[in-house]
Amino acid sequence: MNADLLLTLPVAIPLLTLAACTVLARYPGLQRLVSLFGSGALLAASILLLVEVFDGTVLATQFGSWEAPFGITFVADLFAAAMVLITGVMAVAVSIYGLVDGSRERERALYHPLYHGLLLGVVGAFLTGDIFNMYVWFEIMLIASFGLLVIGGSKEQLDAGIKYATLNLVATTVFLLAVGFLYGLTGTLNMADLARALPMVENQGLVTTLAVMFLLAFGSKAAVFPLFFWLPASYHTASAPVMAIFAALLTKVGVYAIIRTSTLLFMGSAAFMGPVIGVIAALTMVIGVLGAAAHFDVRRILSFHIISQIGYMLVGVAIATPLAIAGAILYVIHHIIVKANLFLIAGAIRLSGGSFQLKRIGGLYRNTPLLAALFVIPALSLAGMPPLSGFWAKFVVIKSSLDPGHMALAAVALIVGLLTLYSMVKIWNEAFWKAPSPFSVEALAAWRAAPLTRFAMLVPIAALAAITMTIGLYPEPFVEFSLRAANQLLEPKAYMDAVVGVKTVAEAASLPVAEATEIVR
Amino acid sequence: MEIFFVLAFGVMIGVAAYLLMSRSVLRLILGLLVFSNAVNLSIFIAGRLGSNIPPLVAAGETTIAHSANPLPQALILTAIVISFALAAYIVVLFERAYHVLKTVDTDRMRSAEPRSIDDIDKESRE
Repeated sequence: MNADLLLTLPVAIPLLTLAACTVLARYPGLQRLVSLFGSGALLAASILLLVEVFDGTVLATQFGSWEAPFGITFVADLFAAAMVLITGVMAVAVSIYGLVDGSRERERALYHPLYHGLLLGVVGAFLTGDIFNMYVWFEIMLIASFGLLVIGGSKEQLDAGIKYATLNLVATTVFLLAVGFLYGLTGTLNMADLARALPMVENQGLVTTLAVMFLLAFGSKAAVFPLFFWLPASYHTASAPVMAIFAALLTKVGVYAIIRTSTLLFMGSAAFMGPVIGVIAALTMVIGVLGAAAHFDVRRILSFHIISQIGYMLVGVAIATPLAIAGAILYVIHHIIVKANLFLIAGAIRLSGGSFQLKRIGGLYRNTPLLAALFVIPALSLAGMPPLSGFWAKFVVIKSSLDPGHMALAAVALIVGLLTLYSMVKIWNEAFWKAPSPFSVEALAAWRAAPLTRFAMLVPIAALAAITMTIGLYPEPFVEFSLRAANQLLEPKAYMDAVVGVKTVAEAASLPVAEATEIVR
Repeated sequence: MEIFFVLAFGVMIGVAAYLLMSRSVLRLILGLLVFSNAVNLSIFIAGRLGSNIPPLVAAGETTIAHSANPLPQALILTAIVISFALAAYIVVLFERAYHVLKTVDTDRMRSAEPRSIDDIDKESRE
């Protein structure tokens, strides 16, 4: 297949599914079928894309036959293709789970179209090679997530919706502001062309300012310290499948954007960013894990752990050696699978135990042994126990930080891993090991009487746990893949060549560089 | 010319920051609107101001040297459409929240905040 089709399909599929589901708004049964089919097709398209770029080629396509850097570009390198693939995997897993967890109410409120709208925004943000276009995909993702968050319209959700909407809108507006300044400074929005133009900007102080503005905008999206407050204020109010897809994808798009801009655009220009990101990473890890330790609601504990885990990914960005970036990439992939799985399990705990409150449930080890076994895998993986995926992800990140300059980061990462284990053991003790709670008798009876629900919930949970086990027991190809992706990120020449080739603004207009930049401005 | 636009941008950012820090959700909406318009203005300044020559490439030329850059204006159009959609959404969301939560004071919006286990039990029984 040609590059244009391969790069367009992962965006076209959710878009068409979204449209089809909207048309079928009155037929929940058909919507489910279309939605499931759309998620499957997205997974298939993302596999094709990854196969095509697997040997290290960078695919690029220009929309509307406008040559780069003037048109909108879509680019897929190893990192982007891997992120799209993992999005496809999550789309299918959460679609299957969403078939049973939830009500008809939710489907009448356009759950399926919004779900695919979210996927559309996420995939677009991963594949685009144009910074303004990335802003547009962020907004698509954002508006879909606004809708998904408040489906149901309870008091709790509306309260959460206000906080989520306000803080995220401020963050994306800062993103837009930074894009505007970037254009004013360089006269281009194409990221590959920016990578060429930014080092030539005379006023490097302004470039540093821009790097900080982008870090602010993407940092809010990624929920890093001290910009994470929207996340624990809102995530816990959504339904389980929505929480799972949010936890899997939303913050990771922020991390992806941080990795992409810091390697492609600001690598040479903003040298002081490394230590700053290092401090932010350490504080994010610590604050997140301490926040989780204070709570007894499964959803809140897991939400705070998202924040804490984002810190590990940033450790990789802060150190920025090939091994460190590889660690960050492996961590993102591992984290998406494990975190979403834990939220899916939280939904199953809620159904079989009757509550998300740890003090009101118990005895699930005896009553639902399979769920207990499936909980152990992602929980221990999150804490970084060998031989699960989290161990290797943490291992690579910490190994890269074991040099004199970054010993403190390594120490923080290890201690936070231990505290993560504390939270997971807390959930295990309270929900699974404690004596059965009198509150959950009814819920348990309903859970036992619904084999189909059990099946549709446990299949995606088991599949994701199997992926975690695979990465854990057979880490070699995954680590090797991350290393290759990291090298590709740190040597952006292939990326730039694929997009603009030898053409730059100057050559496209057959003028000297300085003059052309002046004119475009 | 540009200095006035830059000053207007600064004032608008200041106004937006003041409104965004308010506890009233109505001012919050206004703050978001002023903020997004201030950003649009900044992109407008990044294009060239003060030229009224249409951005058409003359015959025999390859570039347009003297007209205003049309691209920032296209960017602003996109941004206006997006911020309009988002503004429409948040106005509806905030209005709905006002009816359900019976307050416009963000300090009194505590429904999604941690509560004691007894309160949660009470609510789930209702």
